[in-house]
Amino acid sequence: MATTVNPGTAPQRRDRVVIRFAGDSGDGMQLTGDRFTAEAAAFGNDLATLPNFPAEIRAPHGTLAGVSSFQLHFADHDILTPGDRPDVLVAMNPAALKANVGDLPAGGVLIVDTDEFTPRNLAKVGYATSPLDDASLEPFTVHEVAMTSLTTAALEPLGIGKKDAERSKNMFALGLLAWMYGRPTEGTERWLRDRFARRPEIAEANVLAFRTGHAYGETTEAFAVTFEVAPAVLPDGTYRQVSGNTALAYGLVAAARRAGLPLFLGSYPITPASDILHELSRLKRFGVTTFQAEDEIAGIGAALGAAYGGALGVTTTSGPGLSLKSEAVGLAVMTELPLLVVDVQRGGPSTGLPTKTEQADLLQAVFGRNGEAPVPVVAPSSPADAFDVAVDAARIALTYRTPVLLLSDGAIANGSEPWRVPEEDDLPDLTVEFAAAPNGPDGRFLPYARDPETLARPWAVPGTPGLEHRIGGLEKADETGDISYEPANHERMVRLRQAKVDGIAVPDLEVDDPTGDAPVLVLGWGSTAGPIGAAVRRLRTAGHRVARAHLRHLVPLPGNTEAVLRSYRTVVVPEMNLGQLAFLLQGRFAVPVESETKVAGLPFGAAELAARLTPYVTKEQVTA
Amino acid sequence: MTTDLGMPALGGLDLVPAADGPQKAKDYTSDQEVRWCPGCGDYAVLAAVRSFLPTLSIRRENTVFVSGIGCSSRFPYYLDTYGMHSIHGRAPAIATGLAVSRPDLSVFVVTGDGDALSIGGNHLIHALRRNVNMTILLFNNRIYGLTKGQYSPTSEVGKVTKSTPLGSVDHPFDPVALALGAGATFVGRAMDSDRKGLSAVLEAAARHRGSALVEIYQDCPIFNDGSFDVLRRPDDAESRVITVRHGEPVTFGTDGRWAVVRRGFDLDVAPTAEVAPEDVVVHDATDAGLAYALARLTGQDLGHAVFGVLRQVQRSTYDDLSRAQVQQAVESGDADLGALLHGSDPWTVRDGVVTTAAAR
Ligand code: SF4
Repeated sequence: MATTVNPGTAPQRRDRVVIRFAGDSGDGMQLTGDRFTAEAAAFGNDLATLPNFPAEIRAPHGTLAGVSSFQLHFADHDILTPGDRPDVLVAMNPAALKANVGDLPAGGVLIVDTDEFTPRNLAKVGYATSPLDDASLEPFTVHEVAMTSLTTAALEPLGIGKKDAERSKNMFALGLLAWMYGRPTEGTERWLRDRFARRPEIAEANVLAFRTGHAYGETTEAFAVTFEVAPAVLPDGTYRQVSGNTALAYGLVAAARRAGLPLFLGSYPITPASDILHELSRLKRFGVTTFQAEDEIAGIGAALGAAYGGALGVTTTSGPGLSLKSEAVGLAVMTELPLLVVDVQRGGPSTGLPTKTEQADLLQAVFGRNGEAPVPVVAPSSPADAFDVAVDAARIALTYRTPVLLLSDGAIANGSEPWRVPEEDDLPDLTVEFAAAPNGPDGRFLPYARDPETLARPWAVPGTPGLEHRIGGLEKADETGDISYEPANHERMVRLRQAKVDGIAVPDLEVDDPTGDAPVLVLGWGSTAGPIGAAVRRLRTAGHRVARAHLRHLVPLPGNTEAVLRSYRTVVVPEMNLGQLAFLLQGRFAVPVESETKVAGLPFGAAELAARLTPYVTKEQVTA
Repeated sequence: MTTDLGMPALGGLDLVPAADGPQKAKDYTSDQEVRWCPGCGDYAVLAAVRSFLPTLSIRRENTVFVSGIGCSSRFPYYLDTYGMHSIHGRAPAIATGLAVSRPDLSVFVVTGDGDALSIGGNHLIHALRRNVNMTILLFNNRIYGLTKGQYSPTSEVGKVTKSTPLGSVDHPFDPVALALGAGATFVGRAMDSDRKGLSAVLEAAARHRGSALVEIYQDCPIFNDGSFDVLRRPDDAESRVITVRHGEPVTFGTDGRWAVVRRGFDLDVAPTAEVAPEDVVVHDATDAGLAYALARLTGQDLGHAVFGVLRQVQRSTYDDLSRAQVQQAVESGDADLGALLHGSDPWTVRDGVVTTAAAR
């Protein structure tokens, strides 16, 4: 890189920064955000991200509907959320400004690409005059940068087309931000050359745009001040940055390896779950088979067929797909075969909000089948946690011979954070034994005889001599597995299947209650863990006594759940639905639960949630 | 996919372990009581299957029957092999997962006209186009039996049933034409009561590598009695039943009285005596156009019905290619889980000191 022209000022320290890149869906904002995230990770910051993009692949250019953004929170200490409001907003066009400026607090830094502020683009989003020319942006520190023309001018010597040159402006923005926050640059240059290996001229254009943005920061008076966010000192270990979908895919691969089974994924593309299919389809070297089915039902059908044959069968989907898979999940319940069903939840009902997050499939996961069809349900609390939860879901499926529903969501799937990478040997041993010999009297095989501990039935895979047997969706006679319409048998089998799921070993619910006498417990599940943690931190800093706990296992609930709920005067459950966990807990234990809900397609903000929780803690503080 | 992976042309059973010794129909008979209605055509098919399976000389435990829902889908319970009686229409999907992950199994799908062509139509056509190694027995009784007598997607127009008191206005599928359209590499047809013909087609289907569809005309005496009688009564059958054999001229009736001849892109039937021998169609199971024309010769009124192996060609199978990709990747030997999990830019924290890739 060129030598620093503005060496005068030492970088100012910041303990945390939130940056939001916003532009048109065609502007490459997700990629820009991903890259900055990778640089923050490689620098050792703690971080959390929130991509937010439209469902349309290319929404009309320059419109509000087409705005795509990526928010990144990075810090020198452990953080829990992608941040509520950005400290820095990069707006690549008027639409991005209009859609996001409301979130920028006074004093925030705003960087705009002035080239895009043309009368036509302004008119598209209803700006009568340019906000750059009136007083509306006065509360902010505004940097007007002609990013597009600076980029195209710099790239002129390369002789590439105007379109391609303009398309590199996101790398200019990234270079400028890299300068401002003292980020290393080699990683991004290496990554660009890798990514565009097949089109070296494009790679060079992007590298040059990135360097141009960086140099612009160095040489421009307005950017004389740079900031430094030191690496975060997390617990000892080796870390990497990981997204939820990737962590989940890796968890499945690791689980199959620890079980000594081939992994078989049957899946149909659906947002926001498809990246798990993409990731696993690149991991064939680990003995992974991926089958892109003709529909959602075939995806789970094939996974169940593979499970019957002795593989770790998995199907991945989102809400609408889970609806379609219901009947096949019921078959897996009846045939008592191990199967993982991953639902990466998105906004619903129906097609809903494909690219936004929500937690409204909980009751569908718990109850959404005909008949009494109990299924264990687990949920990761963050992108990195998706790895552990995938392994745990496999443990339950393989140990208890049951389908397991794993509820991720859009915020976890696309968000990313540092992950302390486990050693393979530290992962649980999931070895399974297939049935090899008859287990009944007179050398008969009883496919529905149960393990007295787990109530699991034997997994007898085709190809095993002497164990030929038939399974299916009709009610099974206890032990023999023959078809049975006997009233007493049905009663027994329904209760046995329920007892098996109820008896699944799950760890007790851990409560974080530093003072030990908090009157209020905040209980969450899934991706609300981050916002709840951050909100509770704020309340404690403000002097309130408040406890928190987080459920990974929704079915069965940890054995101490009821006792925990009863030991607090007030229990508040924040969730991104209309109160589904609250409903479940009240129905199950008849305890009062306060429900705080949000269904905006976006996670709770930490400040927002802290404000929502404040009345509970202040009320209790007064009465306590 | 037409990539030539240089794989040997396999038979349908070549990866399935061979039986230790001779087997009998009794070996394939389970202890379950058969519960079809008296006189149901399914009995004849069950008997034929029990006696043809031993002729494959493969291990019984490596044989799997997967069925959907319907009268015929009870089939797996009556065979002492592995079996799964699954959910309505989904058997081909379940069998696909099983066949892809277990090349050592001979996988059969048992389905009916409602199961395969209505609720499960999507899975059937995709299994056929993928050419997954499985043998599909489609029992066609042209009625819904298990739900007590509604018209099915193969019922003829005008059929009066419980759900069509004024006659069906629905145009039927021809399963053979549908399978051909879906790109099936093996399509055959047989009659439930024709033990010899049925066994021959089933055996060819089981030995075929890829998806093999066998349509079996099956009588449902309870809800659609005598629906195929015109093909059974010798007098009627004489001018209707056409059995094709690869490489042989297509003639039928007593002493080959009738011959199949070309009319434009279609086929027609003429008295053999009035046709020059070179004008009699010679069956070629690899000729896609001929197979489709033969299918069209079978009308919904059963004026003619073609039996035998209508089409059989070799094409790479989905499961073989899928396994080859996985195997090749596995053999590349680069399955380091630790390296995968660590990724390209890990950093470490030790005693409060952060060491990053950048620092290294
Ligand atoms: S209803 Fe018809 S098809 Fe079903 S078992 Fe009875 S006779 Fe057979």
